[in-house]
Amino acid sequence: MKLLLVLPILLPLVTALVMLPFREHPGVQRGLALGASLAQAAVAVALLARVYAGGILTLQAGGWAAPFGITLVADLLSAVMVAATALIGLTTSIYSLGSIDRERERFFFHPLMQLLLVGINGAFLTGDLFNLYVWFEVMLISSFVLLALGGTPRQLEGSVKYVTINLLSSAIFLSAVGILYGVAGTLNMADLSARLPMIEQRNLLSVVAVLLLVTFGVKAAIFPLFFWLPASYHTPPVAVSAIFAGLLTKVGVYAIMRVFTTVFTGAESEAIFRILLWVAPLTMIVGVLGAAAQYDLRKLLSFHIVSQIGYMLFAIAIQSPLAIAGGLFYIVHNIVAKTSLFYISGIIREKSGAFQLKKIGGLYSTEPLLAALFLVSALALAGIPPLSGFWAKLMVIRAGLESGHYFVTAAALTVSLLTLFSMIKIWNEAFWKDDPGVVSATEEVHGNGRTALLYLPVVMLCGVILFFGLSFEPVYELSARAAAQLLDVGSYRNAVLRGGGL
Amino acid sequence: MTLLLALITGLFYAAGIYLILRRSLVKVIFGIMFLGHAANMLIFSTGRLTKGAPAFVPAGAQALVEPFADPLPQALILTAIVIGFGLQAFAIVLFRRSFEELGTDDVDAMRTTDCIEGGDA
Repeated sequence: MKLLLVLPILLPLVTALVMLPFREHPGVQRGLALGASLAQAAVAVALLARVYAGGILTLQAGGWAAPFGITLVADLLSAVMVAATALIGLTTSIYSLGSIDRERERFFFHPLMQLLLVGINGAFLTGDLFNLYVWFEVMLISSFVLLALGGTPRQLEGSVKYVTINLLSSAIFLSAVGILYGVAGTLNMADLSARLPMIEQRNLLSVVAVLLLVTFGVKAAIFPLFFWLPASYHTPPVAVSAIFAGLLTKVGVYAIMRVFTTVFTGAESEAIFRILLWVAPLTMIVGVLGAAAQYDLRKLLSFHIVSQIGYMLFAIAIQSPLAIAGGLFYIVHNIVAKTSLFYISGIIREKSGAFQLKKIGGLYSTEPLLAALFLVSALALAGIPPLSGFWAKLMVIRAGLESGHYFVTAAALTVSLLTLFSMIKIWNEAFWKDDPGVVSATEEVHGNGRTALLYLPVVMLCGVILFFGLSFEPVYELSARAAAQLLDVGSYRNAVLRGGGL
Repeated sequence: MTLLLALITGLFYAAGIYLILRRSLVKVIFGIMFLGHAANMLIFSTGRLTKGAPAFVPAGAQALVEPFADPLPQALILTAIVIGFGLQAFAIVLFRRSFEELGTDDVDAMRTTDCIEGGDA
């Protein structure tokens, strides 16, 4: 049973290694990528079912007892995130079959994608702060190469910005980990949460808390640390943009959630939540206003990533069980809706020849299915019932009102409206107005099979959005249990420190 | 000795942050390296500095006897150095390649991906 905990990391890692010799055989690589993603999805579902039924699952690698060995932990929060990662990994591997060119495949696109998943799953499953750093680096180095792969001038320029800011944030993370070890003598999250209340050097702990907030804040693209995101996410191929947009920032949000509820429990995390209550509305507002000015489809969507992060931060900052449940569901909903919108941007580019909204139009008459799928994803993002975003926003806003944060709640509602405005702008420009005829569609060299590969992932994700929206009861149940488990730090501590070895 | 290490670590942080704020990519990469080494030395100093006291448990004892330096931070640094080396090597290649493609190493000149009319891929 414990194997389930390692498989989300091991499976993509082994797949990536097996792929390496098949550089000149893209067919083999594609088959392996698809097979591995399917297996990954099965593993993630099994893990989620196991954790839901049997409680927190832990593994001490090598049999060393908890604070000394390498700890892997799956509570419901981690398991849900791994499941979301598996879903996006699967849809992206299908999407990339239809969209990634031969040259990128020759330069190890598929293995890199698998290694990216290794890093993301590792970050979700680790129970140790230093290992979190290591998994972040695994994720980063794969994302660096995926972003730069192809080497067009725009990609390189975006990569320079992305790489520099992320290396800076890694150095900050490492410094924070160093100081924390100096103060506490351990980096195991469960052990830290038990020891930190007894430590006398509170000011050093505050320094560590703020350094960690900055590190994770850079990854999560919170205000004012988000400028790298809209400067780089629109440069690589759509499949890469989409998986970055869906997953990478959410790893940062997950880390904030985990560290400031599980590891830091006292005055330090309360101070961080007070900061977040200011940062959250600013992130929402600046992101959505940035999006309003954009006419490049993917840049517009990139600014919306930033804006949506604000809602998750707000949920984390409130800290009531309803807010955490809402925040968790918001993360999952946003992963699905945002990735779907990025996939759609790729299909729009394929069908009309440009990402620039001013140059395209008339897709409603030529691609009615695409228009319907866009509406589902876009209205979910804006929070229109009965789609997933409505429930996510309802939970967060209700929690905000119950805890008396009226100003931030008002900001959240206003930003919702502005999000709807942005989505309508895309609808009007790309679908509704007549095609201005400036650019011609890219030649369909690959025929209809290729288009189907682009549509299939979007249909899958829209199905998930509709499922979340229409049968919300079980999803709510799951989020509420995950939140209760996350807030019950004692059970996490017990599971890790008293759990058996392999 | 600890004071000296603290001063050098501080100097490395200062140099790193100064260089990373420069416009030339070559200086930026040096800044990244300085920051990486500064973080490594910070971790190193948290394990205490001892001279001639290897971290072995003596025969018959159950735990290390004072004075000893905690060996774990040193193991952490090894990992961090290896990771940092890989990332810095990648960054150097990336910066060189972007210098060739974009024809400039001036960070201020790299703003096409920030503009609203950022071209079309």
